Amino acid sequence: MNDTLSGLLTIAALAGLLALVWAPLGDYMARVMTGTRHARPERALYRLVGVDPEAQQSARSYATSVLAFSAVGIVLLVAILMGQQHLPFSRDLPGMPWDMAVNTAVSFVTNTNWQSYAGESTLGFTAQMAGLAVQNFLSAAVGICVAVALVRGFLASRSGTIGNFWVDLVRVTGRILLPVAVVGAVLLLTQGVVQSFADQTITTVTGGSQVVPGGPVASQEAIKQLGTNGGGFFNANSAHPLENPTPFANLLQIFLMLLVPVALTRTFGTMIGSRRQGLTILGAMAALFTASLAVATWAETTGQGAAARAAGAAMEGKETQFGAWGSILFSTATTSTSTGAVNASHDSLTATGGGAALVNMMLGEVSPGGVGSGLYGMLVMAVVTVFVAGLMVGRTPELLGKKIGRPEITRVALYTLSVPAIVLVGIGVAIALPATNDALGNSGVHGFSEVVYAFTSAANNNGSAFGGITVTSTFFQVALAVAMLLGRFVTIALVLSLAGSLARQRPVPTTAGTLPTHTVLFGSLLVWVVLLVTGLTYLPSLALGPIAEALTNGVIS
Amino acid sequence: MNVSLTLTSTGRQAWVGLRLLLVATVLLGVAYPAAVWAAGRAVPGDDATIGQDFPVADDGWFHGRPSANDYDGLASAPSNLGPSNPDLLALIDERRAAIAEVEGIDPALVPADALTASGSGLDPFISPEYATLQVDRVAEERGLPVTEVEQLVDDHTSGRQLGFLGQPRVDVVALNRALDQALEGAD
Repeated sequence: MNDTLSGLLTIAALAGLLALVWAPLGDYMARVMTGTRHARPERALYRLVGVDPEAQQSARSYATSVLAFSAVGIVLLVAILMGQQHLPFSRDLPGMPWDMAVNTAVSFVTNTNWQSYAGESTLGFTAQMAGLAVQNFLSAAVGICVAVALVRGFLASRSGTIGNFWVDLVRVTGRILLPVAVVGAVLLLTQGVVQSFADQTITTVTGGSQVVPGGPVASQEAIKQLGTNGGGFFNANSAHPLENPTPFANLLQIFLMLLVPVALTRTFGTMIGSRRQGLTILGAMAALFTASLAVATWAETTGQGAAARAAGAAMEGKETQFGAWGSILFSTATTSTSTGAVNASHDSLTATGGGAALVNMMLGEVSPGGVGSGLYGMLVMAVVTVFVAGLMVGRTPELLGKKIGRPEITRVALYTLSVPAIVLVGIGVAIALPATNDALGNSGVHGFSEVVYAFTSAANNNGSAFGGITVTSTFFQVALAVAMLLGRFVTIALVLSLAGSLARQRPVPTTAGTLPTHTVLFGSLLVWVVLLVTGLTYLPSLALGPIAEALTNGVIS
Repeated sequence: MNVSLTLTSTGRQAWVGLRLLLVATVLLGVAYPAAVWAAGRAVPGDDATIGQDFPVADDGWFHGRPSANDYDGLASAPSNLGPSNPDLLALIDERRAAIAEVEGIDPALVPADALTASGSGLDPFISPEYATLQVDRVAEERGLPVTEVEQLVDDHTSGRQLGFLGQPRVDVVALNRALDQALEGAD
């Protein structure tokens, strides 16, 4: 079997597995989020923490809960990271400095998992599993809660309420994420992923000495991918042989990243009573994903660029067992889902392959995006699409039975502008600072791409990096933390506000003049709107970075 | 704790959040990894291993891939050199010349994995092509028959997992360990 056939079969297997679980998992999640019964342990938990599970929240109240919960999460995580030397299994490592601790805490609570530290040399096991991995679950759950709250906004009829955040959070974590994570972790164990509580010092074959790091890796790895978090236990992330030991483990990790974002389109369709609508959203996501994968795969497997031509293949920064196909499928999945785990060095990808990773994030993480955030991001783009279509025919736009009036489009416009504004201002400030030049791992256009990538990744809550850039200065720690915070919570606040605005409306009946939104035509229009918004915003940065590099490479060869 | 708790006050929300977070820390941060650890005792299969340093200068071993961190187990990392970085191009040229000389082959025959650093810096694998072109040198250096060394390479070569996943590869750590054991057996 040749590499091309192997690569195509791997993609087919991934698509087949996702198609298999799409309906059952999507419908299961819909039942979990709409069910009225509370399990006994859930009731006990609500009593313990002081929540009335029957209370319904307005958008403002729901948003307050999200923000308060996340703020508490950041504070506790900073405390754990700075004081880890007092915890068990600390591996005699000192606490993190304040700027790194704040950056890391914000990073994990915002579901970004940008890492300015190296796990195996910086963190003890308790800080990893009881600090970081807990937020891997909870930040993912928050994303799903917000997406479901937005869907409820479309469904509500003048109630103004969009659910109960605490009930949503408990159900998503306990009934969806935890069971799947357990299965994922056990499957990873069978592939040799480590789950231990001690490092080992071994004598090497040549008689030297080597520390083989240990840790609760399998448990953290499963939720890292399932929750589209992406923070590696080790510095090399999923390139590390103890974190991603086999090609099957690699496929499983890619599958876990895509699982919830893809299945949530079915949950959405089922909740609103139009599965074709869910399928249309999924179709738009899949079209963007497939196009990006095709371009990037071409560049990596044909070894575009000077270094790849010199070596004979684009293998710098890639593992032997994954090769170009297994690496680029992973990098496309991780940047399209806001995960940010890596099984190859993105900095060393070909100019086109790295550029594709950058574009996947710039799309706003909607192909299919992070858990929850992908769905609400795409629904926001659907609102833009019906608005644009409404302008063309001169009618008040509607989506899913709700009028898109001034309050709604204001929030959507702010959403669309907020993340690019954070990214571009961040890049501008960083580039203007003389110290930035010394922080770059590569010179010239590729160095510029490192800065573009850093702020794009942070504000879109992806977390992967062109890792040559050194981001441990207080400026980068703080600036990227601000980008992550605003990129996550400004958008969430706007989405919940939109949900509340929709929930206060009475549904309008569908008429002959209503634009059908469950059709291939609408799906195509949605794809074009996403591309248009992204292109208008980011084309100059892309032209100065990866596009310039790709063109230069082609000419010089 | 009744309907009057409409969950509006920020302070009260934060207090609920903190209590929930502490419960989550115990369940997700301690019980879950402990349960997976217990499952790990019951699941068959060995823990994975990491690569070790078998540098090109050392004639008696099958050489591994270049590493950006010299196979330091506590510092996994790629080189992060960009796709047109002149430093990377120079490294590739140097490695190609050095390997061609050591193996006594045409520089054009050196495979890509031998010229590039891995993403982890701890890659335990090399391509079958790279292993094959090292057989003659290792056999000569170790005083072993070429066929025996070829057999060892074969024994430590894995095909694609499940027949189609990933790349064919040779575990260079296990191969070199077996090489040592073959010598002990011959003594």
